[in-house]
Order: sequence, then structure tokens, then C-alpha cells
Amino acid sequence: MTRHGVDKPLILATLALLAMGLATLYSAGQTDAPSAAAEIWKNQLTWLGLGVVAGVAFFRISPRILEWATPFIFAVALGLLGLTLLVGTGAGTAAGAKSWLAIGGVRIGQPVELAKLAVIFMLARHLGSRREPPNTLLELMPACVIVGVPFVLVGLQPDLGSAMVFLGILFAMLFWVGVAPHLLLLLASPVISLLLAFSTAMWGAWIVVLTLLLLWMRPYLLEGLGVWMTNVLMGVIALELWSNLAPYQQNRLLSFLNPEIDPRATGWHIIQSKIAIGSGGLVGKGFLDGSQKRLAFLPAQHTDFIYSVLGEEVGFIGVLLSLTVFATFLLILARIARRATDPFSSMVIFGIVGLFLTHILVNIGMTVGLMPITGIPLPFFSYGGSFLITSILCVALALRVAWDSRGSGYLEM
Amino acid sequence: MNWHHQHRRMRREAVGRYMVMAVFGLMTLAFFRLQVLGSDRYRLQSEENRLRPVTVPAPRGLITDRNGVALADNVPGYAVALIAPSVDSLRATLERVSPMAALDSVQIERIVQRYRRRSHEPVVIVPDASFEVVSALEERRAWIPGLVIQSEPKRRYPFGAVAAHVVGYVGEVTEAELEANTFPAARLGTLVGRDGLEREYDNRVRGSDGVRFLEVDALGRAVREAREESQLEPQPGETIRTSLEIGLQRYVSEIFPSEQRGAAIVMDPRSGAVLALYSSPGFDPNAFVGGIDPELWRNLSRAEDSPLLNRVIQARYPPASPWKLVVAAVAMKRGIVGLESRMPIPCAGGLRYYNRYFRCWRVQGHGDLNLAEAIQHSCDVYFYQLGLRLQLPNLLQDASALGFREVTGIDLPNEVAPIFPASPEYYNRRYGPRGWTNAVTLNLAIGQGENSQTLLGMMRFYAMLANTEGVAPEPWIVEPASSQSRMTLGLDEESLLGLREALVAVVSRGTAVGARIANLHIAGKTGTAQNAHGPDHGWFIAFAPAENPQVMAGAIVEFGEHGSSVAPIVTQMIARHLLGEDTPAATATDVELTVPDDSAPMPVPIIPTPSTDRPSPRSTTPRDTPRRR
Repeated sequence: MTRHGVDKPLILATLALLAMGLATLYSAGQTDAPSAAAEIWKNQLTWLGLGVVAGVAFFRISPRILEWATPFIFAVALGLLGLTLLVGTGAGTAAGAKSWLAIGGVRIGQPVELAKLAVIFMLARHLGSRREPPNTLLELMPACVIVGVPFVLVGLQPDLGSAMVFLGILFAMLFWVGVAPHLLLLLASPVISLLLAFSTAMWGAWIVVLTLLLLWMRPYLLEGLGVWMTNVLMGVIALELWSNLAPYQQNRLLSFLNPEIDPRATGWHIIQSKIAIGSGGLVGKGFLDGSQKRLAFLPAQHTDFIYSVLGEEVGFIGVLLSLTVFATFLLILARIARRATDPFSSMVIFGIVGLFLTHILVNIGMTVGLMPITGIPLPFFSYGGSFLITSILCVALALRVAWDSRGSGYLEM
Repeated sequence: MNWHHQHRRMRREAVGRYMVMAVFGLMTLAFFRLQVLGSDRYRLQSEENRLRPVTVPAPRGLITDRNGVALADNVPGYAVALIAPSVDSLRATLERVSPMAALDSVQIERIVQRYRRRSHEPVVIVPDASFEVVSALEERRAWIPGLVIQSEPKRRYPFGAVAAHVVGYVGEVTEAELEANTFPAARLGTLVGRDGLEREYDNRVRGSDGVRFLEVDALGRAVREAREESQLEPQPGETIRTSLEIGLQRYVSEIFPSEQRGAAIVMDPRSGAVLALYSSPGFDPNAFVGGIDPELWRNLSRAEDSPLLNRVIQARYPPASPWKLVVAAVAMKRGIVGLESRMPIPCAGGLRYYNRYFRCWRVQGHGDLNLAEAIQHSCDVYFYQLGLRLQLPNLLQDASALGFREVTGIDLPNEVAPIFPASPEYYNRRYGPRGWTNAVTLNLAIGQGENSQTLLGMMRFYAMLANTEGVAPEPWIVEPASSQSRMTLGLDEESLLGLREALVAVVSRGTAVGARIANLHIAGKTGTAQNAHGPDHGWFIAFAPAENPQVMAGAIVEFGEHGSSVAPIVTQMIARHLLGEDTPAATATDVELTVPDDSAPMPVPIIPTPSTDRPSPRSTTPRDTPRRR
């Protein structure tokens, strides 16, 4: 076991993912009716180069400096998110949302990617400074605020997918800091209540379960009442929230529940994606030869639905392989988080695990109908500069943390 | 314990690992379900996604005459179709195409409707496109997504109106017919036979359509033709050889008085084969190809002279004097009379029956005649008495047995059945038991009264007279596979010979002398059917050579005044067939016609009608029944 040096498994896993991602992206551009997407893999390669340069630079920055700079980064990120709400533009498949910042008409990036990192840093700094994990809901409130502000700002864009990523990060990091599971459950209860509110019976059952849970756990009276009241409130306003959603968002959720409602419009994406993946079979139709992809039946096949291209062309074998690499990648990151020498680094790396896990689960889950359609990218696969660079920065950070922990004489246990 | 303590981190990493594995396991399961378990279903859907079936219509089989001359054939044509992913995109494309293809908004709506029913197939927008339209569209293919142009055989009727009624025409199958499965294996847009032989033998002529597959993208743009093996070649329809002789058919259409309505038929009495079948006025079946212009259709279907009606099998006329042979035949069969028999009352220009006077067509009277002479001169008085002697129930029964209540069964669609009472019950039902008198027998005996026959039905009877055994096969145009049913007159040969001689005398000496053609022994019978709506209808049915009949012909000319003017047409048809094209066509017409009207005139009441007489029993009293004035 080398005491010094880079974490080779992480580099290998990242390279494997990048290779698969680029190949799939190249294939996604090869359609029978030529489109502009045929050449975008070259752009992605440029982004990758930029990302590697940024990653190398990032690798050289000590986590201590990051920890010190975290409040500023967080403030800048929030400022940019606010600015995006005011002057943001839409693009591509999310043309209706204000998610891009542009200078003089040239789009320079999506601030939400920076915000994800900033939230991870801020949470790591806040939670890492504690000796003991938060024991009450009240103690969880600062963390919730740190996530809540960007969550609301992103939700207003509106970009529900990215907003969900913030929740993923929050829960991953609370789990890593050792918050008791039942507290996490209470924290998540309003969301559960909101989702279940569409069926009165389900929601009623949930309230009963929650009440019993509160009686058993005996939190502070005010806290317990607060949680209970919030849940009831969520159930009440669910309908109101629903009618406030844009029609396309309603349709997405409805067609998630039943794609056949409107097979020509909203359900089209899910149906076509499932046909592509399902028709791939065990071994796939062959690289570059996916007919669904070639004939442009797949929607957004170089961004949101890129994994459907992979599923169609290399089949279940290829899916199994890529999922394994993804899982390995996450487990390596978790191991680095465990080995990290200081709480801040450890928290940051596990926050990154939460970030990636949410992206992977939501994106891939969406292509097979496990998740509603939200346009969030698949790390290392989807076309897009901001997220690719962010992902590479995350890897660079993890490499740095791994390097530091090895340098400090961390012993394998 | 500090949360960052190594042991706690290790425990949480383990928990985290399980959670990651659970998430990935779940996703793996989802993919397994889709890609391994559901693979077949999705593969099928994916194939359907990209392959659009395009129907390749089979060319309809030819319809030829007996010598193989095509009466209906095909010429190359083009159909323009569009593949569209949605109604909106179809509309957008149609908008662009409409100036080139000359589509109006009504047509566009019809196309959209058709598309809604079968949206996964190309929708035909121009069924019969000219070469100019095709090339204009082909040039702009790049901005007409989903354009499919395919060659489609187009039906053609080289002889047009000459053989329109017998050959028929084609048209697109209708929605209702599809639902009722009138045409097996037909699908939206299939051309099916609409009339005549095209309709009768549609199943044989139609063939079966082929299918080719076009690979399309999500926008419906045809990308390429799919693999060869997935294509299905169209099977052309069977060629149908008919018994018609187109030269004769054309001759018939030429000599038939062009301004007049009516029908003519030439057939072989021995086999029942139809050589020519013509109905006037005609229509051009080519107008129906590629969809008939709605206005033209309105004109054709509502015209007063009903050009679409096939008057050989779809029009009923009072059989008039040709019917006298029926009466003579059944009376001879019952042994009531022989050829030499005379009636008690000689013809003095009429017959008194109770309080009415039934006139003979010849006011001067015919004097004392035997049956053969009565046939020759078409003496009404003789047949009044013969009818009375035969008695009404016997006449009705025997004539019904000779098929005068049934269709002949010729292989043409929509033949109408004649109208003829089955028994005296008919009169009871219609006029009440006391509403009629035996006078109806007198009318029936000379072919008037409640009796309407088709030309073809009368032809079948004359075929029995013509054939030596007194039998007649069912008439046909396409030779039937199995032997047809035959109808027998049931007379001995001597009687038949006598009747034929009487018919020969009609042409050589009697009512149809104007139609006599040198060198040909023609037997025939004229008739003039009374018509309340205008001039009388003229009949003539003849066969030749009389000793050994090889051909028979019949014609009816509406408002033709009387049968004698029809006779030359018929004899010329016979001569044309027996002597060939170089017949002296004018032979007959040069001869002066000396034959007067032989229709049965109205009976004259002898005693003035008492005022107590019941009013006309029904407003529907047939015009030919005895009426009191």
C-alpha cells in the first residue's frame, strides 16, 4: 500500500466513465437525418480538456483554503442564482426555464452547478465544525436553511430536477454526520406528506403512522407539534401547489404515473425511451446502430436521455457494466470520505457522493420510468460543459483528499 | 463519541455502501425487466416504430372478349401519398403541397379524415396523379416530409361506353362495405368492382395487394426502403375471358338507335353464352377511374334516362306479343290445341267478352286462323280464346314453371326478377275477391296485364324454342365451371318444329317481313308493349338459322312504337354474327315495312257503365287491366 500518490481506482473509474460517456455521446449524434448533434462530441471533448485543466488547478488547492473561502463561495453562488432569476435565459430542452447566465448573448454557464458545490462546502463547514451530530430538529435547522435558500432560488427558475439534487446532498451529508435515521424521517416527512396527499386514504394512513412515530420517539413537544402541523399543512396545500405548477410539470408527473395517458405528447419521451432500452435486449443492437436513436425517436438523446442510447445499442450487458462502474465510482468516493483526515474534507466528499448518486438515480431512473422526467444530466455522459467541469472538479477534490489522507499516514484498517 | 471517530465512519460507510448497492440493484432490476423480460415486446414496438407498411396495389386482372381482346386492362399510373406523424404535421405538409397537387379545402378535409382512421399508414392524397404533378412534387421532395410516390396500375376500358354495362367499372370501397365485409380482404382505398363483370368477378379479378416497408424517422421522413425479404409482392388478379365478341358488341352499339333507350342482347341458344350485351343510353366507365367527379356522378345517377341501368337485366317491360308463344307452348303441352287447331270464333277485328269488346290489332280482322297462322299474324282474337280455353290458373301455373317469376341467373350483379302472378290469389289480394273478372286472362294471353319481363328472361324462353330438345341453359358471360341448370319446355320435337316454322313465317311473311335478310332463315317474334307513359315499347326476339339455330338476338327499344322497327336491328345483329362483318347491313332497312301495330288495344265497353259501378277498385289499377269507362 503506497503511502503517497493518487487514488488510482478513482482515476480508473472516472476514465472508464468518461470513455463510455464520450462514446455514447458520439453515437447519439449519428442519426439518419443529419442534425447539429453529430458534431457535439467535439465540443464535449473541449469541455473535458478545460475541465482537466481546472481539475489539476483545483487539485492543488488545500481543503483548508476551501474551508476558509466557503462563506464567500456560498455568497457568490447565491448571488449568481439570484442574478440568474433576474437576467437568466433558457436553452435547449429547458428553453422555458431561466437557468443560464449569459454575457452579451454568449451563455457562460449554469450557476446551479456552482451552487451545488457551494452548498456542499457550506454544509461541510457547518456540520464538520460540530463534535456531535445534531440531535434535535431544531439543531438541523441551520443545515436546512443552508440548503433551503438555493433550493428555493433554483425552484423558482424553475428547475425541479436540480432542486431535488440539493435535497439529495442534504440527506447524504446529514446521514454522514450521523443524524439518527428517525430524525431524517421526521425531516423528510413533509415531502412524503406532500407526495401522498394525492390519495386521501394514503395521506390519512401516513398521518396516523406519523402520529404514532412521534408518540414513540417523544421529541420536544413543540418540535413534535411543528412536524405534525407541517405534515397536515402539506396535505392541505398539496392541491394548491399542484394547480400552481406549470402545465408541462403537471403533465410530466401525470405521465410518469401513466405514460399511456398521452402517448403522442408527454408520455412520448417515456414510451420511446422504454422502447429503445427494451428493444436493445440482452446484447443490444450494436454500437451506433440503435434504430430508435438513428431515426430520432428518442427525445433529447444527447442530454437527458443519453442513457437510453446506451441501453439500446449495448443492451443489458452494457447497462450492467456501466452501472457497475458507476457504483464502484461511488463506493470509491465513499471510501475516500471515510479515510479523510479532517471532518470538512470527509463531509465534502460524502456530499459529492450524494450529488452524484442523486444525478445517476434520477437520470437513469427516468429513462426506465422509475422517476418522473426532470432534466438533470447524467455525470460524464450528458452533453453540457458546466456539469462536466463540475464533475471533474469533484473528482479532483476527491483525489486531493485521498492524497492528503495517504500523506498523513492513514492506515488501512 | 465524536461523529468523526473512525469506528463510526466505518459503520456509516458500510451502511452507505449497502444503500448505494440497493439503489443500483433496483436500477439493474428495472433494466432487467425491460431488456431481458420485455425485450420481445419492445423490439416489436421498435420495428413498428420505424417501419411503415405501404400497400402496393395489385393490378386487376384483365377482362377479355372470347378472342382475348381486352375489354378492361391497366395502364401505369401514379398515386401520391404522405406519411405523417401527426394531424398537424399532415396539415402543414398538405398546405405546402396543395398548390402543386391542386387540392381544395374539401379534399384536404377528406384526406385528414382518412388519415385519422389509419394514421400509421401513408395516406393517399392524389389517387391518380398526372406525370406533371408527380415530377413537380418529386422536385420538391426535400421539403415535403413523408412523400411517397408509387406507381399504381390504373384501370382502363378501351371500348368505353360500348361495353360499359356488361364490363362494369371500379370504385374505391366505401366505409360501409368495409364494415359489412362485402368485399373480402378489401382495405381502405382498395378499388373494387362496382358493376357488371367487374363486380361479379371482383374476387377473381382483384388479386391481392402487396406490402413494402419504408423505414421512417420520428418526423415521418422516409429514410430508405426496408430489406427485400420483408416485402410482399402483389399478386395480380386473374384474367377473365368472357363469351363476348367485341366486334359484334361494337356493331350492336352502332346500329342501336343512339337517341333511344333500350337494350339488346345476342347469345348462343345452345350453350347460353352471351355474345353481346348492350344497354342504351350508355356511359363511359373510364370516368370512374381514380374517383368520379361528384357532379358527373350526380348527373349519371339522377338522369331521367338512367344511363347506369342495365336494361337487359334490370328493366321490366310488358312482354307483349312475344308472350303469345308462351301461351301457345303451354296450351300445346296441355294438349288443348295443336298447330292446326282453330278457335270457334274467327277474327273479325275483335272479340266480345261479356259486356266488353276486346279488339284485335288488325281492325279488318284476320278471319279463320289455325294456331300457326295466328302466331304468324299475331292475331289477338285467337289468343284471347286460347287463353280462355287454357284458363287463368293453368296459365299462371305453367308460365311460372317456365321460370317467368325468377331471375335467369346470368353472371351479372343486380338482375331483377320479373313480375308475374303465381296464382289467381294474386288478383284476390290486389283487387279483392270480386274486384276483378276473368277478363284479365284475355290480357295475359296477349302479353299485357300484370306481367313484366326482362329482355333476358324472354330470351331464355326463346332459347327453349330454338333448341331442338326444347331446353335452355342458364345464360352466362364467363363460362361456369360446373354445368348449369337447364330449363325444359317439355314439348315434343314435332310441336317445336311447328312453332319454329310459325316464327319463320313471322319474318318471311308476317309482322316482321321488313327484317328479312336474304340467304338467312330467321325465326322471330315482334312485340309492342303498351306504355301508359308515352309511345309503346318495341320488342323483337329472333334466332337463326331457323332449322338449326346457332344464334339468337333480342332487343327492346323504349318508345320504339312497335316491334317491326326493332326487327331490322335484331336481324342485322344476327346477320353480322352469322355472315361476318361484310354483311349487307342495309338489306333489311331497304324493304318497306308493312307491319302495323300489333299491340292489344283497349277493350271497348259495349254497355255504358252503370253509375252504381264500383269506383276503380284501387288507384293502382294497372293500366292494362280491363277498365270501364
